[in-house]
Amino acid sequence: MILMFVRNYWAQLSRDRPAQVLAFVVPVVFFSIFAIIFGGKGVVDGTSRVNVGLVDESNTERSQAIVSALQGDSSLRVRTATPPNGPGKPGTPLTREAAEQMVQRGDITVAVVLPAGVEWSLMSFAPGERVKAVLLYDPGDPVGVRVVGGLLQRAAIRAHASVSTNGAPATFNEMLPLPFEDRAVMGQKRTSPMIAFYAASIAVLFIMFSATAGGGGALIEENESGTLERVLTSGLGMNGLLLAKWLSISSLCVVQIVTMFVWGAVVFGLPLASHLMGFAIMTVFTAGAAAAFGLVIATLSRTRQQLTGLANLLVLGLNAIGGSMFPRFLMSESLQKFSLVGFNAWALDGYLKVFWREEPLASLAPQVAALIFFTLLFLFLARRFASRWETA
Amino acid sequence: MAVLEIREARKRFGATQALDGLSLSLGQGEMLGLLGPNGAGKTTLIRAIAGRVRLDGGTVSVHGRTLTAGAARPDLGVVPQENALYPLLTARENLETFGRLNGLEDKHLRERAAWALEWTGLADRAKSVVRDFSGGMKRRLNLACGVLHEPKLVLLDEPTVGVDPQSREKIYDMLSALRADGASLLLTTHYLEEAEARCERIVVIDHGRAIAAGTLPELVTQAGLAGRVVRVRLERPTASPPAGFRTENEGSILAANIHDVGAELPGLITRLQQAGLGVRDLEVRTASLQAVFLELTGKELRE
Repeated sequence: MILMFVRNYWAQLSRDRPAQVLAFVVPVVFFSIFAIIFGGKGVVDGTSRVNVGLVDESNTERSQAIVSALQGDSSLRVRTATPPNGPGKPGTPLTREAAEQMVQRGDITVAVVLPAGVEWSLMSFAPGERVKAVLLYDPGDPVGVRVVGGLLQRAAIRAHASVSTNGAPATFNEMLPLPFEDRAVMGQKRTSPMIAFYAASIAVLFIMFSATAGGGGALIEENESGTLERVLTSGLGMNGLLLAKWLSISSLCVVQIVTMFVWGAVVFGLPLASHLMGFAIMTVFTAGAAAAFGLVIATLSRTRQQLTGLANLLVLGLNAIGGSMFPRFLMSESLQKFSLVGFNAWALDGYLKVFWREEPLASLAPQVAALIFFTLLFLFLARRFASRWETA
Repeated sequence: MAVLEIREARKRFGATQALDGLSLSLGQGEMLGLLGPNGAGKTTLIRAIAGRVRLDGGTVSVHGRTLTAGAARPDLGVVPQENALYPLLTARENLETFGRLNGLEDKHLRERAAWALEWTGLADRAKSVVRDFSGGMKRRLNLACGVLHEPKLVLLDEPTVGVDPQSREKIYDMLSALRADGASLLLTTHYLEEAEARCERIVVIDHGRAIAAGTLPELVTQAGLAGRVVRVRLERPTASPPAGFRTENEGSILAANIHDVGAELPGLITRLQQAGLGVRDLEVRTASLQAVFLELTGKELRE
């Protein structure tokens, strides 16, 4: 009888086109947008570069060496002229005033001005006043100016090396006070580790919506239409009904997550096949917890409007602190600890262990245990709240 | 032995006494009409019989067996007022779902579903989703889902509300067929003419109590409306009716209560002639169930 309800659930979903779009297409579209923007796919032009305007008032060999070094920096998109005035009307070389206006308009993040005489300041440590480069920036983006300031120092070192006549160092590193090399310890095999993060985060976000507004809403609809009364008059009872609903919603959540990750694997190169077991474990327990969460919200709400409001509030709130919108490892330590009140934070941690940190399956034990705890807690609460629908 | 016996049923919800010592019985193969204003306690009574309301006092017995709330009731069929159907399932899927919930399985379930589709006239729509059905089709399917498992006692809450006369006639044909197969029916309705025409006995409940019960003539007597009502449609309205008459419809109709048609009717006509009132039409009948109902429950609006 329980399986009959699960079959009915899927039969009804197969005839509800808008629900299918909400369940499977919208999450994939969201995931793709995030993956394209932040995952590096399709952005070979480098949308993450900092836009910089460059004004060379010195116009000497040394200042031009700095300009060349900045133009060769892959972190920057350097402009040395104003925007074109129209078709066939190229822009004019940037002046200090024009650059300042471009910063004000938001066309560039920072303008670097190399005043006359700055060439004598390059790598000159003699005492006395030195001509300084000027950085014009928008106070609304205080990080950009610091990044450009640092990159300007690197460009200065490179420029100095390129124009030096007395034994230039062979590499950039040889010029540094403390040479270093950077070596990624995670994600070297993948196109972008951020794809895994966004696949998991968007999947968790949307299964929470599906479990509450969609799956849990079905329970409210049953109450409103009278089928709930009819079912409870039969031999199934509330325990059986909640179990049937939980299995139905869980199966939907599993299919949603699988859809998301398969799409990620096919389109964005997510290494699903090599992490199948970890993925399966996290997906089953995450889906179960999300379905139970949806039942709590549904049994707590008396109307569909209440359900929608409560679901939006809790789902968006939990996902904001739980790391779906902003990685938890970038949050403050106290917020990271607080965010563990939501099951979704544990779920995301588990997926990141599988796909990002590539930890062994045994390391998933805390996340699985937490998800089981949340599932049992939610089912217990849902059963308590659902008692109001039972015998009066 | 009565199929259904309710004794001194009591139920309070907060400050509201929904059932206040209500008693009634339903015989084998009988169709009993349960009438009452909104809030009188009809739905609470139906839900108590179905096991969905736990009584504070009193008993519900089916075939002599006292039932407790929440216990299974395999001999009972419930047809709710709402079309309690899954709109995105087909007619057959709905029947199979509720049939299985009521204990039918495999071949027997398929046979009963096929019977129900024929019985409701929906055989050619078996694979159509219910969302696309008309109101009458949903009503018939709603009824079939409640009786698929061949219950001996069927509770029907407003089974014909919101359907056209043709569908209503079809539904009552279906109910007659159920009775012919031995089922006993308890029916709530606000369509008094239907209760008057279709039910052998009627129970009027108000404020959680049965305030009258019996056949229509018995109810008429209990309401103090025994005798006949004479209604005379005049050629011209009058504002000053002769003695013994009361006006209706702004004076275009005069009405009078009499007990002996042969002895009293000629005198009434003579009085009309003496008053110079021309008679266009004349009707003599017993008090309607509508009149009895209003006499028993009053004309005040109920929530």
